[in-house]
Amino acid sequence: MLPLAPFLIPLVAIALSLVLFGGFVGLAGADVQGVYQSIYRGAFGTWFSWQNTLTSAAPLMLTALCTALPARLGLIVIGGEGAVVVGGLAAALTGLALVDANPWVALAGMALAAMLTGGLLIGLVGWLRHSRNVNETISSLLFNYISIAILSFLVIGPLRDPETLNKPSTHHIGDTHMLGALGDTSIHWGFGYGLIVCLLLWVLYKRTVFGFAVDMVGGNVRAALLSGLPVGRIVFLVCMMGGAAAGLAGMVEVAAVHGRANTSLNAGYGYEGILIAFAARHHPLAIIPMAILFGGIRASSGLMQRDHDLPDATSLVLQGIIFILILASEAVFARLAKRQGSAA
Amino acid sequence: MSGDTIDWITVLIAVLGGAIRVGTPFLFVSLGECLTEKSGRINLGLEGNLIMGAMAGYGVAWISGSPWLGVLAAGATGVALGFVHALLCQQPRVNDIAVGIALMILGTGLAFFLGKPLIQPSAPHLPALHLGDWSDNPALRAALEINVLFIVGVILAPAMAWFFRSTRWGLAIRTVGESDDAARAMGLHVNGVRMLATMAGGFLAGVGGAFLSLYYPGGWSEGLSSGQGLMAVALVIFARWDPVRCLYASLLFGGAGALGPSLQSVGVTWGYYLFNAAPYVLTLALMIAASSTKVRSGMPGSLAAR
Repeated sequence: MLPLAPFLIPLVAIALSLVLFGGFVGLAGADVQGVYQSIYRGAFGTWFSWQNTLTSAAPLMLTALCTALPARLGLIVIGGEGAVVVGGLAAALTGLALVDANPWVALAGMALAAMLTGGLLIGLVGWLRHSRNVNETISSLLFNYISIAILSFLVIGPLRDPETLNKPSTHHIGDTHMLGALGDTSIHWGFGYGLIVCLLLWVLYKRTVFGFAVDMVGGNVRAALLSGLPVGRIVFLVCMMGGAAAGLAGMVEVAAVHGRANTSLNAGYGYEGILIAFAARHHPLAIIPMAILFGGIRASSGLMQRDHDLPDATSLVLQGIIFILILASEAVFARLAKRQGSAA
Repeated sequence: MSGDTIDWITVLIAVLGGAIRVGTPFLFVSLGECLTEKSGRINLGLEGNLIMGAMAGYGVAWISGSPWLGVLAAGATGVALGFVHALLCQQPRVNDIAVGIALMILGTGLAFFLGKPLIQPSAPHLPALHLGDWSDNPALRAALEINVLFIVGVILAPAMAWFFRSTRWGLAIRTVGESDDAARAMGLHVNGVRMLATMAGGFLAGVGGAFLSLYYPGGWSEGLSSGQGLMAVALVIFARWDPVRCLYASLLFGGAGALGPSLQSVGVTWGYYLFNAAPYVLTLALMIAASSTKVRSGMPGSLAAR
């Protein structure tokens, strides 16, 4: 296989999706070239739009890991949305408890609490899969709904700040405890967190014994068990790391954007993360550019809708088309590998 | 409501009526999923079929004036989505669960996009049978207003069980679901059988969507479905791939889903959102209880092999 194939094939799939999407909005009566221009302008056209794009990419990088990490074990976890929600909730509660503490202590506490709750949630999914053979896709999905129900219950009921009228929310964590921006930009530190976490996990997978053990379990569970690997513990830990990453995304949304926990936490970052993980073929480093690309689509959706009077589901259609073609491109990989096999 | 006593009878009747009303889409989606899974594939995209079916059914019923044409159109969109699912899944190395998630996103996006002009107009509803007219209790009368589609589903469940057990086509689907090799040895076209089963399953899920928009809750809005299509996958596992058990499970899930609104109707508003989570908690609890490290009885062999 060409050394660049893992990068080229998804890019070709995305380019084809954009063509199909153009056909779709064209059929719907929109000016196709204008739609493309709006996407470009809104996503990457100016420094302002770049900042929006990178800000949107921050939680996406982290939620993609929630699917990408367990995928190495052959598990399909789609619980990123739930982990964002419980992580954000835990972060807000910790922030409120540490409201008088030093900002650094408060932020560290919020991040730890978010990672722990998100991690435990997805860790539970992994544990149920390993010990009870409960399908991880379904259980993680159910946890999404349960987490959102708990969030709605808490922010409308016991934890509500009575001053939040339109969007029931918890109390504000305080302006001094908010996560700051990177330098002079409007991009918050969540983007930095995302980059660091993706890099760290790449090193962990590529360079450590743990990463090797993960690949062994993913390759053949029985062989891994026979060679004495603690498979259950590895499944739990990997799922926990994925959940912790998505939980951190929830903390970033609370500490850098909203300042409170509310139902803005379930804005679909978790579901988009699944798509990014597959587009990146579950590679921690490839997640970074893919998250930026999809962050761009997210950042440009407002402009696209306003300029061309398109419904807000338009970007969902684009995501769906990309997802389908990315999966279809897996078949191209398989054919390439087969041809290489028969040529050797 | 008077004082702090709760009218439990009213709650119970409302839950029973809700079990039928809320359970009907579950019934159709779970029968569709059961049919697909019997052939050895999981279609997680039925959520997309459900939403597309709800939108297409509503749109066609509004334009044509006939709710039954709407049901047919909903089924047809389900067939189309099932075709895409089967076509992608028969490619090498393409994962059926991932394809399902992709179709869920695409189906939802398309339905919301194309359904934008359908939020205002009102389409004709599907007819209901009033089986409670003998009673003076208005709650009971409302609960016994049973939609024709539910009755179709109740007949369909044992019919599907008979189809799997006693017909040549049923045997073909079960064989393909058990083992690719055995099916090929019998001269069956594995991908073809799976494609037909996925498309037929997609049809049923689409019809379930039409029930949502054309009967209960009725109307088209973006919040119409709340994951019923996905929960159906769990429901089929709970029903151990038996269509008749799918019927019971759908009623159980419908009842759990009706708990929150029923309590609200007698004035219990505390924890409304928590009660709404009841079907999800129930699904999870049942999955944990029903599963073990052993292969589950009734599970198609090619699903168990992974």
